[in-house]
Amino acid sequence: MIECNQLTRTYTSGGRALTVLKDITLRIDPGAFTAIVGPSGSGKTTLLGLLAGLDAPTSGSVTLDGQQLSQLDEDGRARLRADRVGFVFQSFQLIPTLTALENVLVPLELTGRPDVARALGLLADVGLAGREHHYPSQLSGGEQQRVALARAFVNQPAVLFADEPTGNLDARTGQTIVQLMSELNRKHGTTLVLVTHDPALAALARRTIRLTDGEVVSDTTT
Amino acid sequence: MKPGFVLTMARRESRASGRRLMTLALAIAAGVAALVAVNGFTSNLRTSVARQAQAMLGADLAVESRSELGTAARALLDSLGGDQAPYVAFSAMTYAPAGATARLTQVTAIGPGWPWYGAIRTSPLSAWGRLGDGRHTVVDPSLLRALGVRVGDSISLGETRFQILGTITEAPGDVGIRSALGPRAFIPFRYLDSTGLLGFGARAEYGSYIQLEAGADAQRIAADWRPRLREERARVRTVADDQNRLDNALTRLGNFLGLVALVALLLGGLGVASAITVHIRRRIDTIAVLRCLGATGRQVFGVYLTQAALLGLAGGVLGAVIGLAVQQVVPLVVSDLVPADLDTGPAWGVALAGVLLGGWTALVFALLPLLAVRRVTPLAALRRDVDPIPAGRDPARFGALALLVISVVTLAVLQAGNWRVGLAFAAGIGAALLGLRLAAGVVIGLARRLARAPLAYTSRQGLANLQRPGNQTVAVVLALGFGAFLLAALALTQHNLLATLDVSGEGASRPNLALFDIQASQLEGVRGVLDQEGVEMTAPVPMVPMRIASVQGRPVSLARRPDSLPDDSLPRGWAVRREYRSTWRDTLVASERLLEGSWWEGPRSGGPPRISIERDVAEELGVGLGDDITWDVQGRPIPTTITSIREVDWARFEPNFFVVFEPGVLEDAPQTWVTMARVNDPATRSRLPRQVAEQWPNVTSLDLTVVEEAIEDLLGRVSLAIRFMALFSLVAGLVVLGGTVATSRDQRIRESALLRTLGARARQLYRIVVVEYAALGLMAGLAAALLAAGAGWALARFLFEIDFTAPPLALALVVLVPAALAALVGAWASRDVTHRTPLETLRRAAE
Repeated sequence: MIECNQLTRTYTSGGRALTVLKDITLRIDPGAFTAIVGPSGSGKTTLLGLLAGLDAPTSGSVTLDGQQLSQLDEDGRARLRADRVGFVFQSFQLIPTLTALENVLVPLELTGRPDVARALGLLADVGLAGREHHYPSQLSGGEQQRVALARAFVNQPAVLFADEPTGNLDARTGQTIVQLMSELNRKHGTTLVLVTHDPALAALARRTIRLTDGEVVSDTTT
Repeated sequence: MKPGFVLTMARRESRASGRRLMTLALAIAAGVAALVAVNGFTSNLRTSVARQAQAMLGADLAVESRSELGTAARALLDSLGGDQAPYVAFSAMTYAPAGATARLTQVTAIGPGWPWYGAIRTSPLSAWGRLGDGRHTVVDPSLLRALGVRVGDSISLGETRFQILGTITEAPGDVGIRSALGPRAFIPFRYLDSTGLLGFGARAEYGSYIQLEAGADAQRIAADWRPRLREERARVRTVADDQNRLDNALTRLGNFLGLVALVALLLGGLGVASAITVHIRRRIDTIAVLRCLGATGRQVFGVYLTQAALLGLAGGVLGAVIGLAVQQVVPLVVSDLVPADLDTGPAWGVALAGVLLGGWTALVFALLPLLAVRRVTPLAALRRDVDPIPAGRDPARFGALALLVISVVTLAVLQAGNWRVGLAFAAGIGAALLGLRLAAGVVIGLARRLARAPLAYTSRQGLANLQRPGNQTVAVVLALGFGAFLLAALALTQHNLLATLDVSGEGASRPNLALFDIQASQLEGVRGVLDQEGVEMTAPVPMVPMRIASVQGRPVSLARRPDSLPDDSLPRGWAVRREYRSTWRDTLVASERLLEGSWWEGPRSGGPPRISIERDVAEELGVGLGDDITWDVQGRPIPTTITSIREVDWARFEPNFFVVFEPGVLEDAPQTWVTMARVNDPATRSRLPRQVAEQWPNVTSLDLTVVEEAIEDLLGRVSLAIRFMALFSLVAGLVVLGGTVATSRDQRIRESALLRTLGARARQLYRIVVVEYAALGLMAGLAAALLAAGAGWALARFLFEIDFTAPPLALALVVLVPAALAALVGAWASRDVTHRTPLETLRRAAE
């Protein structure tokens, strides 16, 4: 499903090269639930960005859903994301000018198949029936993240990337989100890649990859 | 690209940010309104002229000449039949027999019948019909006022008196301003001779109006006869000729005003660019998320470009509506400058063009700032520390810039109706914008420095705001500065044009009374009258009327000009066929400068008499030093050689000449004299012409203060029309200013709340805003004043060829008014920032 080979990412900052990821090679199977954990600055989010094709590696390669990302141009990667990838962000990242329903519709509209019934159904699945026409600013943090979840799943993505999805939520709300996420994972058979430093959340995953200083220090499957 | 997504997203985005982006639409609206108003007005004017052209001539055909009609003209008139009304038009002094003053009057002696089309309306209504019944006259109302007479009284004209039957209230083709130089008086043609005014040296136009028999083709007749008439220096005019000529002139007027209006639209475009820049910065997160969700760069670009174009179209619609309304007002501003009664119906075609123009302007100006959208990295949705727009060159920027430049130049050329003027205009705008852009750079640099200077905290904070990230300093200086620059350059030019004519104020020693057409034998008498009044006259200058007989031995009748030239352009044959009034002198005068050759000294030694010729005429005639011109002086040939070429400053009221002869040649030729005088007392100035006219009716006096007033009035009206259009660019500038204030509002609100939390009082917050905007306006005004002085100087020096002065008070206003306006707008837009509690503000800002 996802493969990366000798992945290295170096940033230049103030004239000094800073290697954030060093020589990472791993493979994630279809339908798996994988957590990437580690302290801040360990390179988790960088790895997620590279795996999702949001950024280009300094060296090494990523294959996502059978496509070698370096062979695609920026638009090609965008199309791949639109068709096969879903995202959940720490700060929800709903589009503030769109209603909940419209936010969920965006990925469908990008691929040219707007399906309001499907979007409404997903919003009902995450428990937001009746709040479809609210704007993000009229929703609580937990509700916003649930809209984000509906948006992430609406395209039936092959892979869902989640970056600290509970980081901005209180413990109880976070719990609900995590439950929803694993439910949707089971229901849709989606490959789930989660970045977190919440041990409780990581414990739900079957596989945990631990990063420190840009290197994989452990990789355990339960 | 999926158009569905782009359109849906653009619509949803506009719904949310529409109100904020409305300023963008408003900026476009101001420019479109100005263009629609001007172009609608011009198009209506042309329709009106087409409808009224026949009434303006009052006939099918007119033949006219600067001298009595020759054999060809008379043959034409004989061959035509139909109804004919001969006329002679000339200037002469009129005065009330019992009155104390005299007035230079434009007299037309007209035969019965004319006008056959249209009507001359008089008060009382019957006056025109009874004109030919006796020694009657119908005059402009202003003559009654000038002479202090009433309808029913008589006025003296030459050796006869005419009874005033009524006043002209409306004549076809009237241009209100025309009567300002000299009121009109119509007299019956058959009493012309009794005035005894058309003696030697009198300037008059002789002609005849003709109503053709049914079925005759005026254009054909005119074309057939034109070559023969030209040899006699006579012209033939038809309704279609007049219409073309007027149409051309009006189109030029419209084009010129349209260029001024175009500035407003371009400023609106600038406002769009600035608003879009801010808008994009605010939308970076959304864009990054959309990219994450799989939107391509082009799709996101499409969303925001569509949004800009839609807002531009909305602004275009609003502007077209306002423009159509303003179009009703334009005739009030220019009515005295145009010769037709105006239609005021809405010009739908012009309005539609305005709407599209609004959309296009928004589009091309939005393009440049929008290009960055394509490059927003999706990574920015994931990581806060990533620069959302990666550094590096974007070759598309050159394309967008080229499209912008091409659009502006094309618009300017289309609006100017002439590629050269259009290019010059576009270049001028470019230069002014560059100057203002430099000024904005200076502001930012100064702000950086002053923000660290030992000033009060509020001042430092206000100045620091000018150079903070995302500041709109450049946009505001450009927009506000350009409006101020236009208005100031206009005012300066008007001021300098008027200064050259000034015979009452600063030019208090210049002559202000001119006496023309004095016969040599009358000179001593005239001098005596002036002496009696204690008025000293300048040395009288002789004038000898003459025409060119041959140039370099070639008779001028062979010097043909192509017939295709439009009638109102200065014909090439103008210099050949015109009547010259030349003088003789042994010295150069103050208004002349020798360019080539040498001035004559001492008596000539053999060879033909020497002449000095003015530069432009020499160019027009294609002659230079050493060339021969033979003159026809009242039928006598006088051969001459050009020995010098002069430059003449025509801008002053002084007797100046195209051709100056050396002394000893023309002294015995038929001649008239002109002299000038300085008369400070207005009563004397109005009494003198009366005294002179009574004794010597052929002598015409011109009170230059009256001329000055008339020209001032004309310039005032022209510049009112221009200023009216320039006002739109100031409005556009203010809208842009308001827009930038509005777009930086969120940031400002958050900052203010923070400052209030830290204990700042409302007054201090206001002071920060006022310092910031006053500084902006001050710099915009300063740059505008400098640029306007530069442009005014260039116009004075190169276009009008006059002296340039800049009144300090006016320039100070140019600097201070934008500063005050900007401070007001800034304070107004920040008003509720200080009315809310800090917590409320912070909570709202967080949403």
